[in-house]
Amino acid sequence: MAEWFADFKADFILNFIEDNRWKSLLKGLGVTLEVTFFALIIGVLIGVVVAMIRSSFDKNKSTMRKGFAYYVFAILDFFCRVYLTVIRGTPVVVQLLIAYFIIFATSTNSVFVAVIAFGVNSGAYVAEIFRGGIMSIDEGQFEAGRSLGFNYVQTMIYIIIPQVIKNVLPTLVNEFIVLLKETSVGGYVALKDLTKAGDIIRGRTFSAFMPLMAVALIYLALVMFFTFLLRKLERRLRQSER
Amino acid sequence: MKDNVLISVNDLQMYFKGGAIKALDGVSVDINRGEVVVVIGPSGSGKSTFLRSLNLLENPTGGEIVFEGTDITDRKNDINKHRQKMGMVFQHFNLFPNMTILKNMTLAPIKLLGKTKEEAEKTAMELLERVGLADRANAYPSQLSGGQKQRIAIVRALCMNPDVMLFDEPTSALDPEMVGEVLEVMKNLAREGMTMIVVTHEMGFAREVASRVIFMDSGKIVEEGNPAEIFDNPQSERLKSFLAKVL
Repeated sequence: MAEWFADFKADFILNFIEDNRWKSLLKGLGVTLEVTFFALIIGVLIGVVVAMIRSSFDKNKSTMRKGFAYYVFAILDFFCRVYLTVIRGTPVVVQLLIAYFIIFATSTNSVFVAVIAFGVNSGAYVAEIFRGGIMSIDEGQFEAGRSLGFNYVQTMIYIIIPQVIKNVLPTLVNEFIVLLKETSVGGYVALKDLTKAGDIIRGRTFSAFMPLMAVALIYLALVMFFTFLLRKLERRLRQSER
Repeated sequence: MKDNVLISVNDLQMYFKGGAIKALDGVSVDINRGEVVVVIGPSGSGKSTFLRSLNLLENPTGGEIVFEGTDITDRKNDINKHRQKMGMVFQHFNLFPNMTILKNMTLAPIKLLGKTKEEAEKTAMELLERVGLADRANAYPSQLSGGQKQRIAIVRALCMNPDVMLFDEPTSALDPEMVGEVLEVMKNLAREGMTMIVVTHEMGFAREVASRVIFMDSGKIVEEGNPAEIFDNPQSERLKSFLAKVL
C-alpha cells in the first residue's frame, strides 16, 4: 500500500509538478474555453440570420408577389439550405482540416481557424434551434402584432424574438456544452487546447494515466457545472410564466 | 357616398387555387360610423375570412376596401397606419404570454403612437378599471381565466384608440360561464358608440345589440337587415334552415 502510494506520488509529480506541466494544462483549458466561447458567438450570429431568412421565406413565400424581393429571398433561402446540408452532412474534423489546410492555408494561427471552423459548424445547428423556436410561436402572436399596427420586422423584434429567445435559451446552453467537448478535436490543426495539452504531457513523460484522467476530469467538471447552470436557468424561466 | 360611411367594401373577392375555391365571392357592404354589424352564417361561409380581410390579415384577390377614404387594398398605402385605427379581437385572445397585462396593453401605444410610458399606463389603467381588472395589471396572461383574457384582449385593442373594432368569434373559445362577462364588455362598448363588426354564433347578442345583421353563405352575403327582419322574418331558404338549426 505504501509502495503504491509512493508510486502514485512520483507519477503525480512527474506529470504535473515537474517542469510546471500543470501550467500547460491550465493554458490548454484557457484555449478550450476561448475557442468555445467565440465559436458560439459566431454560431449564434450565423444561426439567427439563417433562421430568420429560412422561416420568413417559409412563412411568406405563398403570399409574396413574384417580384424582385421574392427572388432575392428565394436565392438567399437556397444558399442557407445548401449551407445547412453541407455542414450537417460532413464530420466536424473534416471541416476543421479543410479550413486549416485549404481555406486558411496561409494562416498558422490555429486558434483563429478553430474559432471560425467551429463557429461556422455550430451556426448550422443554432440556425435549426432558432428556426424551430420561431416556428413554434403560435401564428396568432404574429397576427396580434400585425393587427395592432406593427410591421413585419417590428412584430419580429418586439413580440416574436423575445419569446423565441426564452424558449431556446436552454437548448442554446446545451449547444455550448456540446461545442465545449467538440473542440477537443482541435489538436488536428495544432490547436493547443486542453486535450492536446494532456496528450503532449503524455508524450513527454511516457505515462498516460495521469494526464489523460486529469483532462477527462476537467471536462467532466466543466460540463457538470454548466449543466447545473442550465437546470437553474430552466427553473427560472418556468417560474416567470406558465 | 354618405359622410358617415366608415368602411366601404366593394366586390371583395378571395379565390384560392385559381378560382376553384371562392372564400369570398363578391362581397359589397357599407359600414357606417357607430354601427354594430353582426355577421352570422354556417362555418365555412366566409364570415371570418371577410372580417380578417378588412384589416388585410387575409389578402383579397380582388375588389376594394375603402377605409376612412383610402383604398387599403392598394399596396401604395401603408396598411400598418390603417391597422392602428382598426382594433381586432381574436377567438384565441392572442395575448403576449411573456409580458404582463400592463405591458401587453402599453407596448403598441408606446412604440407606435409615441406615447410616454406614463401616458400609456394611465390610459391602460383607466380601461382596466372599466372592465374590472385593474388589480390584475401586473399579472401574466397565464394567470387569468379565459373570460379575463378576452376582456384584456379587448382593452388592449382599445388602447390604440381605434375607430372600429373587429371581433372574430370572441366567445367561441370560452367556457359557457365566461361568455357573459365578455359580451357585457362588448355591449358597453356598443352603447358608447363604438363602430363594431362582430363575427359570432351568439344569436342572443346579435338580436339585442346589433344595428344590422349580415347572413353569409358560400362567400356571399345572402341576406342583411335589422335583427327583427333577420330573425323573425327570414326571406331566403338558406337563412331559414340556418336559423332552424341554431335557434
